[in-house]
Amino acid sequence: VCVKSVPDTETKIKIGADNRHIDLADVRFITSPYDEFAIEEALSLKEKHGGETVAFSMGGNEVTDVLRDTLARGVDNAVHLNDPDFQDLDPLSTAKVLAAAIAGGGFDVIFCGQQGVGGDHSQVPAMLAELLDLPQVTMVVKLEIEGEKFKAEREIEGAHEIVEGTLPVVLSAQKGLNEPRYPSIKGVMAARRKEIAVKNAEALGSSGKVGQQFCKVKLTELTLPPPRPQGKMIEGDAETQAKTLVHLLRTEAKVI
Amino acid sequence: MAQGILVFIEHRGGQVRKSSLEALSEARRQADRAGGPVVALLVGQGVKDLASVLLKYKPDKVLVADDAEFAQYSTEGFTAALVEAVKRSDPRFVFSAWTAMAKDLIPRAAARCDAGCLTDVTELREREGTLLAVHPMYSAKAYGTFEFQSEPVFMTLRPNAFFTIEPDAAHTAPVEMLEVKPEKVRARVVETHAAAGAKVELSEAPIIVSGGRGIKGPENWGMLQELCDVLGAALGASRAVVDAGWIDHQHQVGQTGKTVSPQLYIACGISGAIQHLAGMSSSKVIVAINNNPDAPIFKYATYGIVGDVFEVVPKLTEEFRKALSES
Ligand SMILES: Cc1cc2nc3c(=O)[nH]c(=O)nc-3n(C[C@H](O)[C@H](O)[C@H](O)COP(=O)(O)OP(=O)(O)OC[C@H]3O[C@@H](n4cnc5c(N)ncnc54)[C@H](O)[C@@H]3O)c2cc1C
Ligand SMILES: Nc1ncnc2c1ncn2[C@@H]1O[C@H](COP(=O)(O)O)[C@@H](O)[C@H]1O
Repeated sequence: VCVKSVPDTETKIKIGADNRHIDLADVRFITSPYDEFAIEEALSLKEKHGGETVAFSMGGNEVTDVLRDTLARGVDNAVHLNDPDFQDLDPLSTAKVLAAAIAGGGFDVIFCGQQGVGGDHSQVPAMLAELLDLPQVTMVVKLEIEGEKFKAEREIEGAHEIVEGTLPVVLSAQKGLNEPRYPSIKGVMAARRKEIAVKNAEALGSSGKVGQQFCKVKLTELTLPPPRPQGKMIEGDAETQAKTLVHLLRTEAKVI
Repeated sequence: MAQGILVFIEHRGGQVRKSSLEALSEARRQADRAGGPVVALLVGQGVKDLASVLLKYKPDKVLVADDAEFAQYSTEGFTAALVEAVKRSDPRFVFSAWTAMAKDLIPRAAARCDAGCLTDVTELREREGTLLAVHPMYSAKAYGTFEFQSEPVFMTLRPNAFFTIEPDAAHTAPVEMLEVKPEKVRARVVETHAAAGAKVELSEAPIIVSGGRGIKGPENWGMLQELCDVLGAALGASRAVVDAGWIDHQHQVGQTGKTVSPQLYIACGISGAIQHLAGMSSSKVIVAINNNPDAPIFKYATYGIVGDVFEVVPKLTEEFRKALSES
């Protein structure tokens, strides 16, 4: 399972001094919400079929709590991918780091979330599948695994697609896949005693290949959305309001 | 040297997606400014006839990968076709609409080309001869401006964020076949089930009427559906009513639902939680109907109506019906 540590979705966004990051003062980090579906699905597969679950997360110190939380939910082992070279990476470079850590691990299923909130890219899972040379299904809302075969349902515009194939596979979890469990007290206690493995660029063999200078997509500026112009309140009884609105939509906003 | 723009065209049920035509139109505009050809790519079985639809949007060439292999979508099959088209046309940029298919396909193809990729682009801008792209982040609470250091660069454009050019029925350009034999396809679509009730697709709809807890119960969707029918609008919903089981998740707008940018968004009995706004705050015009004058949604509304949805919505339906039958 690939888990990303992201700013709490309730965070009020302020732009940082460099105009390229958000102001991290007072920001609490959480597991990216879609990764919670990924973790849950991995745990329920393990309950059904046995095996081992491992969480991978790339990032700085903000990752530790998220990995502890993942262990507390019942994931067996956690690997923290941490190196100065891993800061501010674009999705392709992120996928390269994850692929280096995951390749050769003998995993049957590699779960991701369908989107890492914050960056909002929805890119890493498909890139990871390509780099690992595995099939993929993104935005999965239902999953069945039998022997070497999987059957996954994904949400598309106005329909659901059923995708079939053989393991191993990379899957990205969409809301609706399951109801994530909360960590139990026992889980939290056990997670505290567990060791989180740390791997750097050298250990992954990615030195001189991954780093900001190699990124192909660069954020140059982060801005707040332009404020919406002051709206108009429409007064009167329901009929007058309806008439006025239709009139304004046609003559002023010109959208009808 | 790489130049021009390759546009991946999506189609379903024999129809080219509107958002693909938007991407093709934007490619035309960018190429007219910066030079280089626009090449449109169709992948499917028996899709060559669709080229005539694309020609009206003035590409310089249409490539068609037509094979039984492409009758149904598969990530690996379509990636092979797209990457082959990249090799053939050596573009500076690859555009596509930001759809469920693109979310699956485009990053994979970008990784195969070892190329940069930016999804959900809402604006393209030029600065000193280089193209910059804007992508909403932090659930649209901030906008990132990105630059690129790769050739090509893959980009998916948000539906409704770019407008289509005036179609030109007289435009002609070569239509060429693209031979592709995917090496391996280890997962493929075996069935597609249409979701019940979705008449107009949410993410592409020019008008959306959305309902929240204020509509009181699932028995009242009929009232909103009637307004939708009059306007040709899609039906949206808040998470509260999706979680309550009043409607399918397909209709949910917001951070954990769909992101939409229609011309007109009419929110009926929706409070305007930050996670709902995340999905619709880039709508051009927002109308809010809510009986609580302090509801946060009014801070974002272009037009606000303080009132009971059960009184206002039927009147509104009536007024729109009148107005639209006059024109
Ligand atoms: C991680 C996370 C993700 C989330 N993702 C989403 C998401 O994707 N989309 C989403 O929508 N929410 C999302 N939410 C939930 C969000 O916080 C709100 O709870 C939800 O949007 C509220 O839905 P609502 O506006 O329908 O209900 P309420 O907040 O209960 O609002 C109902 C409104 O209806 C009005 N009303 C009542 N009766 C009438 C009447 N007769 N006439 C007119 N108005 C009336 C009330 O004044 C009120 O403003 C998310 C929350 C979290 C924590
Ligand atoms: N730094 C990271 N560490 C671990 N997993 C990640 C990281 N970034 C992205 N992912 C995974 O990729 C998914 C999609 O992320 P993104 O492409 O950034 O939207 C996330 O839900 C995670 O499962």
